[in-house]
Amino acid sequence: MSHGSMKINLKVWRQKNAQAKGNLENYTVNEVSPDMSFLEMFDVLNESLVNKGDEPIAFDHDCREGICGTCSLYINGRPHGPLEGITTCQLHMRSFNDGDTITVEPWRAKAFPVVKDLVVDRSAFDRIIAAGGYVSVNTGNAQDANCLPINKEDADDAFMSASCIGCGACVAACKNASAMLFVAAKVSQLAKLPQGQPERYTRVASMVAQMDKEGFGACTNTGACSAECPKEISLTNIALLNRDYMRAKFLENS
Amino acid sequence: MSKLESKIPEGPIETKWSKYKSSVPLVNPSNKRNLEILIVGSGLAGASAAASLAELGYKVKVFCFQDSPRRAHSIAAQGGINAAKNYQNDGDSTYRLFYDTIKGGDYRAREGNVHRLAEVSSSIIDQCVAQGVPFAREYGGLLSNRSFGGTQVQRTFYAAGQTGQQLLLGAYSAMERQVGMGTVQMYARHEMLDLVTIDGKARGIIAKNLVTGELERYFGHAVLLCSGGYGNVFYLSTNAMGANVTAIWRAHKQGAVMGNPCFTQIHPTCIPVSGDHQSKLTLMSESLRNDGRIWVPKKQGDDRNPNDIPEDERDYYLERRYPAFGNLVPRDVASRAAKERCDAGFGVGPSKMAVYLDFKFNMMRYGRVEASKLGLANASDEEILKLGKEVIKEKYGNLFDMYKQITGDNPYEASMRIYPAVHYTMGGLWVDYDLMTTVPGLYCLGEANFSDHGANRLGASALMQGLADGYYVIPYTIGAYLSKEIATKAIDTNHPAFVESEQRVQNILDTLLNIKGSKTVESFHKRLGKIMWDKCGMARNEKGLKEAIVEIQALRKEYWSDVRIPGVQHEFNPELDRAFRVADFLELGELMCIDALNRHESCGGHFREESQTEEGEALRDDENYAYVSVWDFKGESQWELLKEELKFENIKIAQRSYK
Repeated sequence: MSHGSMKINLKVWRQKNAQAKGNLENYTVNEVSPDMSFLEMFDVLNESLVNKGDEPIAFDHDCREGICGTCSLYINGRPHGPLEGITTCQLHMRSFNDGDTITVEPWRAKAFPVVKDLVVDRSAFDRIIAAGGYVSVNTGNAQDANCLPINKEDADDAFMSASCIGCGACVAACKNASAMLFVAAKVSQLAKLPQGQPERYTRVASMVAQMDKEGFGACTNTGACSAECPKEISLTNIALLNRDYMRAKFLENS
Repeated sequence: MSKLESKIPEGPIETKWSKYKSSVPLVNPSNKRNLEILIVGSGLAGASAAASLAELGYKVKVFCFQDSPRRAHSIAAQGGINAAKNYQNDGDSTYRLFYDTIKGGDYRAREGNVHRLAEVSSSIIDQCVAQGVPFAREYGGLLSNRSFGGTQVQRTFYAAGQTGQQLLLGAYSAMERQVGMGTVQMYARHEMLDLVTIDGKARGIIAKNLVTGELERYFGHAVLLCSGGYGNVFYLSTNAMGANVTAIWRAHKQGAVMGNPCFTQIHPTCIPVSGDHQSKLTLMSESLRNDGRIWVPKKQGDDRNPNDIPEDERDYYLERRYPAFGNLVPRDVASRAAKERCDAGFGVGPSKMAVYLDFKFNMMRYGRVEASKLGLANASDEEILKLGKEVIKEKYGNLFDMYKQITGDNPYEASMRIYPAVHYTMGGLWVDYDLMTTVPGLYCLGEANFSDHGANRLGASALMQGLADGYYVIPYTIGAYLSKEIATKAIDTNHPAFVESEQRVQNILDTLLNIKGSKTVESFHKRLGKIMWDKCGMARNEKGLKEAIVEIQALRKEYWSDVRIPGVQHEFNPELDRAFRVADFLELGELMCIDALNRHESCGGHFREESQTEEGEALRDDENYAYVSVWDFKGESQWELLKEELKFENIKIAQRSYK
């Protein structure tokens, strides 16, 4: 079945499982259409691998519209590839040229161990949220929603922070594999809203403690996380986290 | 018929739920701590149920196939969530939401359930705001609303085009809070492959650990299936790649009956198919129809750039056919109208299977308002358009970006091209008022059940239903069952029923892996999807459905003799997992066609070509089909049809009109 006329060379990380040693393998995909998404090119490649009796390449993906945060892929040295503000599943082959060679690797971080090939384990993020990334309000305890006016600017700001999809690109982009931007996005969302105030300082302290426990690196403010974030989460979130964290530590000690 | 007791409480519709809540048996806190509940799926229904039940004190285990519960497909819902708050003072009420939903569903939903849904809708918004969900707000600090199809009030709450994401993250964080407290245990990358029943009651599941390939046994006093819809039976749909029917299908084969399996929602505004490499379709939110006008050229085969086609040569066919609701007719109506225009030769774009969605009119309208606010009395059309674009950008920016990314075209400059695509399944496991299936102790919530949307779901009602079921319904109704289970001790998973169930799954996996045929899982899935879309899609007829049944049976036979699955069970093997799902789709597809064939009327999203009005509208047959088609599995290709009669005591059943 013909799709298009581009020829793409790939160097893809193959690793049998968490314990195995991995390496880059070369593949060529012919008849790539510029309208194909990057992952659809992988679908085509995997089809041909299965047809040849080889093992397909494992990669994470689900919604394929840029919102679930499942897809990852470190493409030519950049999380989610060369374009800004999108996830890998939204990257289309029209962003590449016929004959290009593309290197594809998994997220690399101690806290994100490889499961297989390009698939990593990001459950550390869930544990960070479980440590404090919520407002403690049981079902049925809420007052009428409009009893709590929130100025539009704060609500919009909180929304921008809340738009994080938890994909882990920030960690993959960071030379220290820090999860600071991910943690800061949740901390800021709730710090900017009145609902988040009662637990504001305990939240930041416990989330940062869990982040450290998971083995993420320290933040040295290089800003690669925000530059590579598919949702363009701002570095100001980290500034807010730092302020709140200082205050939290001060409160703990006083 | 005795099998289908809907258990709708007696009394006037307005008091059924409140009376039920005050009289349903309770479980005391110390007993709750000994009762275990398994929840399959972590979307809006599953996560909200998990959080709420754990808060009550039950011991909860949650399973999802994704790598994190936050990735369930609810996250992709764009437009909004309905609630009868009447914050806009535009005449909304619980009754109106109830009425709109019943009418929107083309009188094929159950009154009692739908009224309850409308009643609890308000509390959902309150709860979400309390969790810190950042809904859109007005400058005065209060919540903002917009319109959706099938209604004439503004009752939809939203967070840009990411409402599902924000609601799911709210429910997810509430659930993770319980994980942190140890009351919920989370099993990500686990897929339920069988239901375990003991003495007719649901007592557990067999789940596959998708990382190790191991089959694992879990016991629960009750099992909740919150596993979403099965639109992926069509191969191409707006569903996430992993969305599947397996959990409810395995339960179906263990005795849980299916309701209205053929009721499928085809969403009118999706990005058209661009080639045979396509793996999924992308929705453009219905909210766009607030400000977008749908049209085709008046002349067949008009190839001009849409910007060059003057106003008087455009056919705004929804506004023409349905003046009262215009572009905001319900989804089924809008989809069929698009198909009708394309079939008649008025379609646009390379495939001619698309229509235009144009924002210029409303960009100008908004632009004039902005110009007026800025005191620009003599603004040129160009300046007005520029200001209007900014307003549209703020409202729908992420959707416009998504469109541009996928198509390579800029929707700010020219009309979008859209076409209907499979989006949601109204059908699902049959449940009673308690959300319990026909297997005692087995519940089904959210899109996975059949209950609230009849033959067509209104926009922004899926999020409402998922959260209503999880936050506000199941915490009450589960007490009716569990209060009688307090003496049941946790059952050892070495019980013969668990062993037998695991063996059943093991046999399927072994069989699949041993076929070692010549065709990929993907190729079978595509072929099934084509049969379903061509013959059980937007328009259905007797001949096509009969052919489809034969074709699916043949395809299934071929699958079980010629599918090729690489690798082994005990490893991370997505191809094997997919093979299991497609095997189930191959059985479900047949039942959907049987159901569609049986229902010799048109209603909502189910359009039988033999049953239409002179103007081409869906023609119901209330005398013969005012029932839920309920299918009881009896063996391969064999189902017994049961019927739940629908009684309309509060709404006068009428031919639906949006004119």
